[in-house]
Amino acid sequence: MEPLTWTGSLSGLNIIFYLLVGLLALAIVVQILASFVPDSSARAISADGTLAGSTGLAGFINQIIGWLFYAVVGLILIYLIGGIFMGPAAGIFGAMAQQMIPVWIALIVTFALSVTYKRKLGLYGKLFDSTVGMIGFAIVMFWVFTGILGGGFDLLVTHDSLSQVSGMKNKLPGTPLARAGEGEYPWFLLGGDNLARDVFSRLIKGSWVVVKIAPFATLFAFMVGITLGLPAGYYGGKLDTLLSFLANLILAFPVILLFYLLVTPEIVLTGIPNYMALFLFVFPLIFLAILLNSRFYTQPTFRTPLLIVVLGLGAWLYLALVSSDGTIVETPTYVIPGLPAFLDPFDLGPGILVVFVSVVFVNAPTVFRIVRGLALDIKTRDYVAAAQTRGEGPWYIMLWEILPNARGPLIVDFCLRIGYTTILLGTLGFFGLGLESESPDWGSTINAGRRLLSLYPHAAIAPALALLTLVLGLNLLADGLREESLRD
Amino acid sequence: MGLFILRRLGVMILTALCLTFIVFWLTNLYPNLEKLAKTQGNFRMSDEAVASYLGDRGYLQPMPVKFGQWLGVMPGWVTEKPDGKTFGRCFSASMPEIDRPTRCGILQGDWGFSTVFKEPVGGTVLTRLALTGKLMLCVLLLMVPSALLVGVLAGMREGSKLDRSLSTFSIATTATPEYVSGVIFIAVLASSKFGVSPLLNDWGLIESKTLFLGSATSAMADATFWNFFLPVLTISLYGMGYIARMTRASMTEVMTAQYIRTARLKGVKFSDIVLKHALRNALIAPFTVIMLQIPWLLNGVVIVETLFNYKGFGWLLVQAAGNNDIELLLAVSVVSVAVVLLTQLISDIGYVYLNPRIRIA
Repeated sequence: MEPLTWTGSLSGLNIIFYLLVGLLALAIVVQILASFVPDSSARAISADGTLAGSTGLAGFINQIIGWLFYAVVGLILIYLIGGIFMGPAAGIFGAMAQQMIPVWIALIVTFALSVTYKRKLGLYGKLFDSTVGMIGFAIVMFWVFTGILGGGFDLLVTHDSLSQVSGMKNKLPGTPLARAGEGEYPWFLLGGDNLARDVFSRLIKGSWVVVKIAPFATLFAFMVGITLGLPAGYYGGKLDTLLSFLANLILAFPVILLFYLLVTPEIVLTGIPNYMALFLFVFPLIFLAILLNSRFYTQPTFRTPLLIVVLGLGAWLYLALVSSDGTIVETPTYVIPGLPAFLDPFDLGPGILVVFVSVVFVNAPTVFRIVRGLALDIKTRDYVAAAQTRGEGPWYIMLWEILPNARGPLIVDFCLRIGYTTILLGTLGFFGLGLESESPDWGSTINAGRRLLSLYPHAAIAPALALLTLVLGLNLLADGLREESLRD
Repeated sequence: MGLFILRRLGVMILTALCLTFIVFWLTNLYPNLEKLAKTQGNFRMSDEAVASYLGDRGYLQPMPVKFGQWLGVMPGWVTEKPDGKTFGRCFSASMPEIDRPTRCGILQGDWGFSTVFKEPVGGTVLTRLALTGKLMLCVLLLMVPSALLVGVLAGMREGSKLDRSLSTFSIATTATPEYVSGVIFIAVLASSKFGVSPLLNDWGLIESKTLFLGSATSAMADATFWNFFLPVLTISLYGMGYIARMTRASMTEVMTAQYIRTARLKGVKFSDIVLKHALRNALIAPFTVIMLQIPWLLNGVVIVETLFNYKGFGWLLVQAAGNNDIELLLAVSVVSVAVVLLTQLISDIGYVYLNPRIRIA
């Protein structure tokens, strides 16, 4: 079988594509240069009182850029749609586009539903008013769906991400399998890595690792940061001094040194990550308990059953999270028993637990500082004074007066921080810490690929670009959210 | 002001003590010590042999005692072997008894002995630090001016096309961690089979096989543009976006101030407004950001030195941490913590000097 080219039978379009991209780049440069020249032309006002669009040189360049941009986007769509229908005949891109069909469907459904009901969806709906936000959201959701469908449901992958195929070591993208078995996908779309595994499938499996860990780790870091930051900012005094000192202590550590100290097999043996998990994962429980208790304190008949149900469920999840194989801490010398295995719905695996804990540990102090700063600012507002006069308890004020009013910056920071967590996960993988070396996560794959970088760059470039787009998407999403939340 | 600096110095020393103690504690946990003994001795040591190896070398004393010895406030350990040979933390068996000091820790200027490199820690750290200093200097020289330029250009006309393109650029750089941009740069610019180098070579534009060198090892002795630019660029890009965005925010704020409007109404040229009226006030906030960014560069340094095989301070950190070289790791963390705390102090003091509205009693 022939090796695939990048665009296959659509390669006739390539020359047009290069031309358009080149022109677009040129036009953008010209526009930037032109913006240094003062814009002399004012907006023309017609007799009927309408305004004409900006004219003159700047307006002209602007229009050209608009057309070129739409042409480039249109051409990319042609590649994509052509690929979806023609598959491998449209080259590697086409084959990948076809392989990704479930993701495209999920994306289209998400966007169609969200745009239709955007007025009823609050801040999330407003996101669809901002182009930057929509682009960011699309990129992020692309990877989320890829992770869930490809990693969780095993849909998109072409080969097993761990099995090695003979004769495919370091092969270039689009190389056909030497001896493709019955029903086996006949190409390595993005080539083979140095252990002859399929780069494309590993890329997709790698996105699942990120989608599984990054949002939850960030959420836990936020729970810790909020639960400690609110009282530090609200009460101030000794508590604030102590907590701020501890936060600064962790922040003064170089992140990589901290990772090297926490995420080694020897430290795992001592059980320290398990103790840290015990400590850090209890914060969501505390947060929920205080949140509900402060709200429904005046209705004990409702509060008590609610708290029992919520905390019972929470405690079960907490124990399930911190215990694996029926033990919470297992060292060579002693064992602390945990939830028995038949009650334990999921097992994080020791590698993932350590990575999770260390990422939460690194992120929590920064969140703490942000929340503390916001609380310091908001506690001087009149509505807080009003609540104090009403006789509300301090925790009610913190969680139901201050926190909702700090949500804008916190949501934006949440998006940015997921991106930062993704970068941290990549850093861990890059230094070969935490996850096992055959794990398909992007950091480990980059680390494995960098040794042969100048000869066979594809194995490292693919995950690098994936990580880049995901973090870029999250940054754009955060930017869009910031713009929209500032608007009202 | 003097009192403020004194108090900050006090907090700094306390922080540094706490941090080094945490590092000390983590590196001195028994599994780590066992690994150390096995890598130093041999891998098939029995448990008793490990215990006696560690006991002889003072590793099994209580943690605070060991920490005190490392600091130099407690007398170093002394082991007397059954055959009458004595050796200790501060002296070897061959040293005459009169010269043997009782205390040797960092207070006495003794940073210990590296088990990986088999040489005194102080010298090792200094050589590596000098190499990284060279790298950091180049990074700062590239990063700070370009970040400020990008920020000022983007912020002087908020919402303009220039602003939007530059802001997108800075978002893109903050989204690109060093291990991603470094990998892309090497593949595109420093690979003999991919990217632009084979093309340029075919056209006869470059003599060598690649445009840039993918390894910066040769830059340790002799840094040229060709072997040093890629690592410098990789570190600078990631840090640049953040500084540029902060500069832009501060510049847009200044450009809406009353005195800028007054200057405009007086008919001052736009370039004069930017250069003479706005710039100085707009650069107060970025100064703090730049100082606080320096510790973050340390992470970039570790990644880039590993990626480009430049044997500086970051490489040393990886070697020390990977091999549990306790005293080297402690020295490395002391240095990096000192960098963090000193930059914080400088940024606070500098902020007070630059901004006359803030005066500390």
